[in-house]
Amino acid sequence: MAKITYIEHDGREHEVEVRPGLSVMEGAVKNNIPGIDADCGGACACATCHVYVDDAWRERTGKASAMEESMLDFADEVEPNSRLSCQIRVTAELDGLVVRLPERQH
Amino acid sequence: MSDSPRVLIVGAGHAGGTAAALLRQYGFEGPIALVGEEPIPPYQRPPLSKAWLKGEADEDALTLKPAEWYAEAGVDLWLAAPVASIDRADRKVTLSDGERLPYDILILATGARARPLPVAGADLSGVLSLRSAADAEALKTALGPGKRIVVVGGGYVGLEAAASALALGAEITVVEREDRVLARVASRTLSSFFQDYHQTQGVTFHLGARVTGFDGVDGKVTAVRLADGATLPCDVALVGIGALPNVELAAGCGLALADGIVVDGEARTSDPAIFAIGDCTWRPMPLYGRELRLESVPNALEQAKQAASAIAGRAPPPSEVPWFWSDQYDLKLQMAGLADGADEIVVRGDQAAGRFAVFHLREGVLTAVEAVNAPPEFMGGRQMIGRQARVDPAKLADTAVSMKEVAAGQ
Repeated sequence: MAKITYIEHDGREHEVEVRPGLSVMEGAVKNNIPGIDADCGGACACATCHVYVDDAWRERTGKASAMEESMLDFADEVEPNSRLSCQIRVTAELDGLVVRLPERQH
Repeated sequence: MSDSPRVLIVGAGHAGGTAAALLRQYGFEGPIALVGEEPIPPYQRPPLSKAWLKGEADEDALTLKPAEWYAEAGVDLWLAAPVASIDRADRKVTLSDGERLPYDILILATGARARPLPVAGADLSGVLSLRSAADAEALKTALGPGKRIVVVGGGYVGLEAAASALALGAEITVVEREDRVLARVASRTLSSFFQDYHQTQGVTFHLGARVTGFDGVDGKVTAVRLADGATLPCDVALVGIGALPNVELAAGCGLALADGIVVDGEARTSDPAIFAIGDCTWRPMPLYGRELRLESVPNALEQAKQAASAIAGRAPPPSEVPWFWSDQYDLKLQMAGLADGADEIVVRGDQAAGRFAVFHLREGVLTAVEAVNAPPEFMGGRQMIGRQARVDPAKLADTAVSMKEVAAGQ
């Protein structure tokens, strides 16, 4: 299991264990963490699972694909560390990952 | 908390399961019971015709929450528990086994069911529909290399299942009553693109064709019969000809109905103590100034938010542009808005390269977009539709002008 910390926009922290193989989005949804809507369930079709990856983790979470980039391009409040969390696969190497959630997904 | 109302949710699908989860996210502390007909906790249906059918997603990936979440969150989950009736005067719901569950607030999330094809032989084994995980399991078991599948109905369920079945080595024939696939749900441009693409992959089409019956041997389907006399031999027939809203419980207790349970903008029915969400509802769509029924996950989620917000005393969620997606082969289709009533169509991008978008305008205002492997067109389009933006058709058609620019510059 990998420990992932999700920090809501208002600062509330949720530290949960996520099974490798799931996405960072699924880790949030299955633990009912507010702030990730994930309307399309991980099909990279909606951009409602936007997160900010903590700087210390950006290299290990990898780069966004061209499709993800172009979806993110139209999301609100996009930053250089923005990712769609359905596109980040949880691995043992991501144990300790910290992501922050935007104020709204729509 | 004893002074919190008791919430009872009838229907443990995507809408019902999400409503329960959102109520807890929004801080609602009262008792919640979630009652479903199916034997498994709430799960996502969209992957059933896609990743799940192809064996790329397991049951764990399908479920909305792990099974233990419900007890941890204080959600009383009743599975394999069909509801027989609703007593509004007593505020009780009666299950088919006679058990009576009380409520202060009721949420109907009863969904829709596959529309049956009323022809001879429709009850033969091997004539399948695709709605539930059990349906998908039956279909998956029947698929495989060399298996002959006849898909009745060229809608999303049929075409997605066709693409998945083809990936598993099956031979696919699609029979469609209209003169094009996706006739009720997409523009002609999109229909012909998808038909061509499926044909290139090896799918055979019979358009403008009516199914008159299924032939069988020993109770098992062997062929699909068409009105023109043709007989299409098959191992499996998948019927995907639309869905009917499950409104019987609402009808039985006298709630207002149209083509679905009538609700307002916060998902409340004609009884203020009863909400309804998802595929079973007839809902207002202020952006288009009319009511309609939508069969989509985004719609179910939006209405789950509306109901949970109203119950938890939270500000209503922003209204959303209706949208939908479909994955077939390496094609990602994303659609937003409602195309009916459009008086101008603008195509942007390259159809031959499989990357383009069809925009629908009404009196110069963008009302809908259908995007194939074109996320910027979908995202930018959806935002402009929400703003009821006026667009310059020439600029929209010009791929040298980025979608970011098109969306920003009115």
